[in-house]
Amino acid sequence: MLKIPQSACISLRRHGEETYPHECCGVLLGQFGDDGDGSVTKTVSSVAPCGNTRADSPHNRYNIDPRELIRIQREGRERGEDIVGFYHSHPDHPARWSPTDLAEAHWFGCSYVITSVEKGAAAITNSFELTGTDESDKKFVDEKIAIEA
Amino acid sequence: MPQIQIPSPLRQYSGKQASVDVPGKTVGEALAGLVAQHPDLKRHLYTDDGKLRAFVNVYVNDEDMRYLQKEATALKDGDTISIVPSIAGGCSPGVTDSSGVRALVIIGFECHGWSRTLPRPPAEIDSIQ
Repeated sequence: MLKIPQSACISLRRHGEETYPHECCGVLLGQFGDDGDGSVTKTVSSVAPCGNTRADSPHNRYNIDPRELIRIQREGRERGEDIVGFYHSHPDHPARWSPTDLAEAHWFGCSYVITSVEKGAAAITNSFELTGTDESDKKFVDEKIAIEA
Repeated sequence: MPQIQIPSPLRQYSGKQASVDVPGKTVGEALAGLVAQHPDLKRHLYTDDGKLRAFVNVYVNDEDMRYLQKEATALKDGDTISIVPSIAGGCSPGVTDSSGVRALVIIGFECHGWSRTLPRPPAEIDSIQ
Protein backbone atom coordinates (compact mmCIF):
# COMPACT_ATOMS: atom_id res chain seq x y z
CA MET A 1 0.00 0.00 0.00
CA LEU A 2 1.02 3.57 -0.63
CA LYS A 3 0.04 6.12 2.00
CA ILE A 4 0.22 9.66 0.71
CA PRO A 5 -0.93 13.02 2.04
CA GLN A 6 -3.64 14.73 0.05
CA SER A 7 -1.33 17.68 -0.53
CA ALA A 8 1.25 15.38 -2.14
CA CYS A 9 -1.42 13.84 -4.37
CA ILE A 10 -2.50 17.25 -5.52
CA SER A 11 1.11 18.25 -6.13
CA LEU A 12 2.03 15.33 -8.36
CA ARG A 13 -1.21 15.54 -10.31
CA ARG A 14 -0.75 19.26 -10.81
CA HIS A 15 2.79 18.65 -12.01
CA GLY A 16 1.37 16.53 -14.82
CA GLU A 17 -0.98 19.34 -15.79
CA GLU A 18 1.82 21.87 -15.77
CA THR A 19 4.04 19.84 -18.10
CA TYR A 20 1.25 18.70 -20.43
CA PRO A 21 1.51 17.66 -23.24
CA HIS A 22 4.82 16.32 -21.99
CA GLU A 23 5.34 13.68 -19.34
CA CYS A 24 6.22 14.93 -15.88
CA CYS A 25 8.30 12.93 -13.41
CA GLY A 26 9.39 13.09 -9.82
CA VAL A 27 10.39 11.29 -6.67
CA LEU A 28 8.34 10.19 -3.68
CA LEU A 29 10.16 10.35 -0.34
CA GLY A 30 9.14 8.87 2.95
CA GLN A 31 9.44 5.65 4.91
CA PHE A 32 9.05 1.93 4.33
CA GLY A 33 6.98 0.21 7.00
CA ASP A 34 6.80 -3.52 7.62
CA ASP A 35 3.14 -4.52 8.03
CA GLY A 36 4.14 -7.72 9.78
CA ASP A 37 2.47 -9.98 7.26
CA GLY A 38 5.16 -9.85 4.61
CA SER A 39 3.77 -6.74 2.98
CA VAL A 40 5.27 -3.28 3.11
CA THR A 41 3.47 0.05 3.37
CA LYS A 42 5.23 3.03 1.90
CA THR A 43 4.35 6.29 3.62
CA VAL A 44 5.07 9.38 1.58
CA SER A 45 6.12 12.50 3.44
CA SER A 46 7.34 14.66 0.57
CA VAL A 47 7.35 14.88 -3.20
CA ALA A 48 10.28 16.10 -5.30
CA PRO A 49 9.41 17.18 -8.85
CA CYS A 50 12.17 16.50 -11.35
CA GLY A 51 13.07 17.54 -14.83
CA ASN A 52 12.45 15.19 -17.74
CA THR A 53 15.72 14.75 -19.59
CA ARG A 54 14.02 13.08 -22.58
CA ALA A 55 13.93 16.27 -24.60
CA ASP A 56 13.89 14.08 -27.72
CA SER A 57 10.51 12.53 -26.89
CA PRO A 58 8.97 14.18 -23.81
CA HIS A 59 5.38 13.47 -24.84
CA ASN A 60 5.77 9.74 -24.29
CA ARG A 61 9.08 9.22 -22.47
CA TYR A 62 10.64 10.39 -19.24
CA ASN A 63 14.01 10.05 -17.58
CA ILE A 64 15.26 11.49 -14.31
CA ASP A 65 18.86 12.68 -14.28
CA PRO A 66 20.76 10.52 -11.76
CA ARG A 67 22.53 13.65 -10.50
CA GLU A 68 19.19 15.14 -9.58
CA LEU A 69 18.23 11.91 -7.89
CA ILE A 70 21.45 11.87 -5.88
CA ARG A 71 20.75 15.39 -4.66
CA ILE A 72 17.17 14.52 -3.76
CA GLN A 73 18.33 11.36 -2.01
CA ARG A 74 20.97 13.27 -0.02
CA GLU A 75 18.54 15.98 1.02
CA GLY A 76 15.97 13.36 1.93
CA ARG A 77 18.52 11.48 4.01
CA GLU A 78 19.20 14.66 5.99
CA ARG A 79 15.49 14.79 6.81
CA GLY A 80 15.32 11.09 7.65
CA GLU A 81 13.49 10.24 4.43
CA ASP A 82 14.10 7.47 1.94
CA ILE A 83 13.13 7.13 -1.70
CA VAL A 84 9.92 5.09 -1.66
CA GLY A 85 8.77 5.63 -5.21
CA PHE A 86 8.46 7.72 -8.30
CA TYR A 87 5.69 9.35 -10.26
CA HIS A 88 5.14 10.35 -13.85
CA SER A 89 2.27 11.27 -16.12
CA HIS A 90 0.79 9.86 -19.30
CA PRO A 91 -0.51 12.70 -21.48
CA ASP A 92 -3.75 11.60 -23.13
CA HIS A 93 -2.92 8.00 -22.26
CA PRO A 94 -4.23 5.58 -19.64
CA ALA A 95 -2.86 5.64 -16.11
CA ARG A 96 -1.51 2.11 -16.50
CA TRP A 97 2.04 0.97 -16.83
CA SER A 98 3.34 0.43 -20.33
CA PRO A 99 5.88 -2.12 -21.58
CA THR A 100 8.37 0.75 -21.57
CA ASP A 101 7.55 1.57 -17.96
CA LEU A 102 8.23 -2.01 -16.93
CA ALA A 103 11.37 -2.41 -19.02
CA GLU A 104 12.85 0.75 -17.49
CA ALA A 105 11.81 0.03 -13.90
CA HIS A 106 14.55 -1.20 -11.58
CA TRP A 107 13.66 0.05 -8.09
CA PHE A 108 12.17 -3.12 -6.64
CA GLY A 109 9.80 -2.61 -3.75
CA CYS A 110 9.12 0.99 -4.71
CA SER A 111 5.89 2.50 -5.92
CA TYR A 112 5.46 3.80 -9.42
CA VAL A 113 2.59 6.28 -9.53
CA ILE A 114 1.12 7.15 -12.90
CA THR A 115 -1.40 9.90 -13.66
CA SER A 116 -3.29 10.18 -16.90
CA VAL A 117 -3.59 13.78 -18.01
CA GLU A 118 -6.42 14.23 -20.48
CA LYS A 119 -6.38 17.40 -22.54
CA GLY A 120 -4.40 19.14 -19.83
CA ALA A 121 -6.43 17.98 -16.84
CA ALA A 122 -5.27 15.30 -14.40
CA ALA A 123 -7.68 12.41 -14.55
CA ILE A 124 -6.84 9.03 -13.05
CA THR A 125 -3.92 8.30 -10.72
CA ASN A 126 -2.87 4.72 -10.08
CA SER A 127 -0.03 3.20 -8.14
CA PHE A 128 1.93 0.06 -8.93
CA GLU A 129 4.61 -1.69 -6.89
CA LEU A 130 7.56 -3.19 -8.71
CA THR A 131 7.90 -6.75 -7.44
CA GLY A 132 10.20 -9.65 -8.23
CA THR A 133 13.69 -10.74 -7.38
CA ASP A 134 15.58 -9.49 -10.42
CA GLU A 135 15.23 -8.32 -14.02
CA SER A 136 14.05 -11.74 -15.19
CA ASP A 137 10.90 -11.93 -13.06
CA LYS A 138 10.01 -8.34 -12.34
CA LYS A 139 6.42 -7.22 -12.66
CA PHE A 140 4.13 -4.44 -11.58
CA VAL A 141 1.39 -5.18 -9.07
CA ASP A 142 -1.60 -2.92 -8.54
CA GLU A 143 -1.34 -1.09 -5.25
CA LYS A 144 -3.93 0.57 -3.05
CA ILE A 145 -3.54 4.25 -2.31
CA ALA A 146 -4.42 5.52 1.16
CA ILE A 147 -4.94 9.27 1.09
CA GLU A 148 -4.27 11.00 4.36
CA ALA A 149 -5.16 14.46 5.49
CA MET B 1 37.68 5.09 3.50
CA PRO B 2 35.20 5.63 0.64
CA GLN B 3 31.54 5.06 1.38
CA ILE B 4 29.11 3.39 -1.00
CA GLN B 5 25.48 4.48 -0.84
CA ILE B 6 23.13 1.54 -1.41
CA PRO B 7 19.74 2.31 -3.05
CA SER B 8 16.68 1.02 -1.25
CA PRO B 9 15.91 -1.87 -3.64
CA LEU B 10 19.34 -3.38 -3.01
CA ARG B 11 19.56 -3.01 0.78
CA GLN B 12 18.07 -6.46 1.34
CA TYR B 13 21.34 -7.74 -0.17
CA SER B 14 23.64 -5.49 1.86
CA GLY B 15 22.48 -6.56 5.29
CA LYS B 16 19.88 -3.77 5.18
CA GLN B 17 22.65 -1.20 5.31
CA ALA B 18 22.00 2.07 3.48
CA SER B 19 25.71 2.71 3.18
CA VAL B 20 28.80 0.53 3.32
CA ASP B 21 32.38 1.61 3.97
CA VAL B 22 34.65 -0.26 1.60
CA PRO B 23 38.41 0.13 1.11
CA GLY B 24 39.58 0.79 -2.40
CA LYS B 25 41.84 3.06 -4.35
CA THR B 26 39.57 3.02 -7.37
CA VAL B 27 35.86 2.68 -8.06
CA GLY B 28 36.44 -0.79 -9.44
CA GLU B 29 38.24 -1.90 -6.28
CA ALA B 30 35.53 -0.45 -4.06
CA LEU B 31 32.73 -2.15 -6.00
CA ALA B 32 34.65 -5.41 -5.99
CA GLY B 33 35.02 -5.08 -2.24
CA LEU B 34 31.31 -4.40 -1.93
CA VAL B 35 30.27 -7.57 -3.75
CA ALA B 36 32.90 -9.55 -1.88
CA GLN B 37 31.27 -8.45 1.38
CA HIS B 38 27.76 -8.92 0.01
CA PRO B 39 27.83 -11.52 -2.79
CA ASP B 40 24.09 -11.35 -3.41
CA LEU B 41 24.56 -7.85 -4.78
CA LYS B 42 26.66 -9.05 -7.66
CA ARG B 43 23.91 -10.28 -9.98
CA HIS B 44 21.97 -7.07 -9.49
CA LEU B 45 24.94 -4.89 -10.38
CA TYR B 46 26.72 -6.99 -12.99
CA THR B 47 25.80 -9.08 -16.03
CA ASP B 48 26.91 -12.69 -16.30
CA ASP B 49 29.99 -11.60 -18.22
CA GLY B 50 31.06 -9.26 -15.45
CA LYS B 51 30.01 -5.92 -16.92
CA LEU B 52 28.16 -3.29 -14.93
CA ARG B 53 24.50 -3.42 -15.95
CA ALA B 54 23.51 -0.63 -18.33
CA PHE B 55 20.85 0.75 -16.01
CA VAL B 56 23.21 0.96 -13.03
CA ASN B 57 24.67 4.44 -12.73
CA VAL B 58 27.69 4.88 -10.50
CA TYR B 59 28.57 8.33 -9.27
CA VAL B 60 31.68 9.44 -7.41
CA ASN B 61 30.42 12.33 -5.33
CA ASP B 62 28.42 14.15 -8.02
CA GLU B 63 30.28 12.89 -11.07
CA ASP B 64 29.20 10.00 -13.30
CA MET B 65 32.14 7.62 -13.37
CA ARG B 66 31.53 7.04 -17.09
CA TYR B 67 32.74 10.59 -17.67
CA LEU B 68 35.73 10.16 -15.39
CA GLN B 69 38.02 7.16 -15.66
CA LYS B 70 35.17 4.68 -15.30
CA GLU B 71 36.09 1.91 -12.89
CA ALA B 72 39.68 3.15 -12.85
CA THR B 73 38.54 6.42 -11.30
CA ALA B 74 40.74 7.12 -8.31
CA LEU B 75 39.18 7.52 -4.90
CA LYS B 76 40.24 9.38 -1.79
CA ASP B 77 39.08 9.22 1.80
CA GLY B 78 35.72 10.83 2.25
CA ASP B 79 34.57 10.14 -1.31
CA THR B 80 31.03 8.89 -1.69
CA ILE B 81 30.10 6.37 -4.35
CA SER B 82 26.39 6.35 -5.18
CA ILE B 83 24.78 3.41 -6.93
CA VAL B 84 21.73 4.78 -8.75
CA PRO B 85 19.54 2.50 -10.85
CA SER B 86 18.03 4.54 -13.65
CA ILE B 87 14.51 5.92 -13.43
CA ALA B 88 12.81 6.13 -16.80
CA GLY B 89 9.80 5.00 -18.73
CA GLY B 90 6.84 6.43 -20.56
CA CYS B 91 3.57 5.65 -22.24
CA SER B 92 3.70 3.84 -25.52
CA PRO B 93 1.26 2.39 -28.05
CA GLY B 94 -0.44 -0.80 -26.94
CA VAL B 95 -0.56 -0.16 -23.21
CA THR B 96 -0.54 -3.44 -21.37
CA ASP B 97 -3.65 -3.95 -19.28
CA SER B 98 -2.71 -4.33 -15.67
CA SER B 99 -4.61 -6.94 -13.73
CA GLY B 100 -6.21 -6.32 -10.40
CA VAL B 101 -8.94 -4.14 -9.11
CA ARG B 102 -9.81 -1.25 -11.36
CA ALA B 103 -13.06 -0.24 -9.75
CA LEU B 104 -12.91 2.88 -7.63
CA VAL B 105 -13.79 2.52 -3.97
CA ILE B 106 -14.76 5.75 -2.32
CA ILE B 107 -15.57 5.99 1.33
CA GLY B 108 -18.23 8.50 2.25
CA PHE B 109 -17.78 10.90 -0.63
CA GLU B 110 -20.34 12.59 -2.85
CA CYS B 111 -20.02 11.93 -6.57
CA HIS B 112 -21.39 15.21 -7.85
CA GLY B 113 -18.70 17.20 -9.66
CA TRP B 114 -15.76 15.42 -8.07
CA SER B 115 -14.05 13.95 -11.13
CA ARG B 116 -11.19 16.41 -10.87
CA THR B 117 -10.92 16.40 -7.11
CA LEU B 118 -9.56 13.95 -4.61
CA PRO B 119 -11.54 11.94 -2.10
CA ARG B 120 -11.84 13.59 1.27
CA PRO B 121 -9.23 11.95 3.50
CA PRO B 122 -8.82 9.63 5.12
CA ALA B 123 -9.72 7.36 2.25
CA GLU B 124 -8.30 4.11 1.02
CA ILE B 125 -8.83 3.58 -2.66
CA ASP B 126 -7.63 1.58 -5.58
CA SER B 127 -7.45 4.49 -7.94
CA ILE B 128 -7.77 8.26 -7.90
CA GLN B 129 -10.19 9.62 -10.45
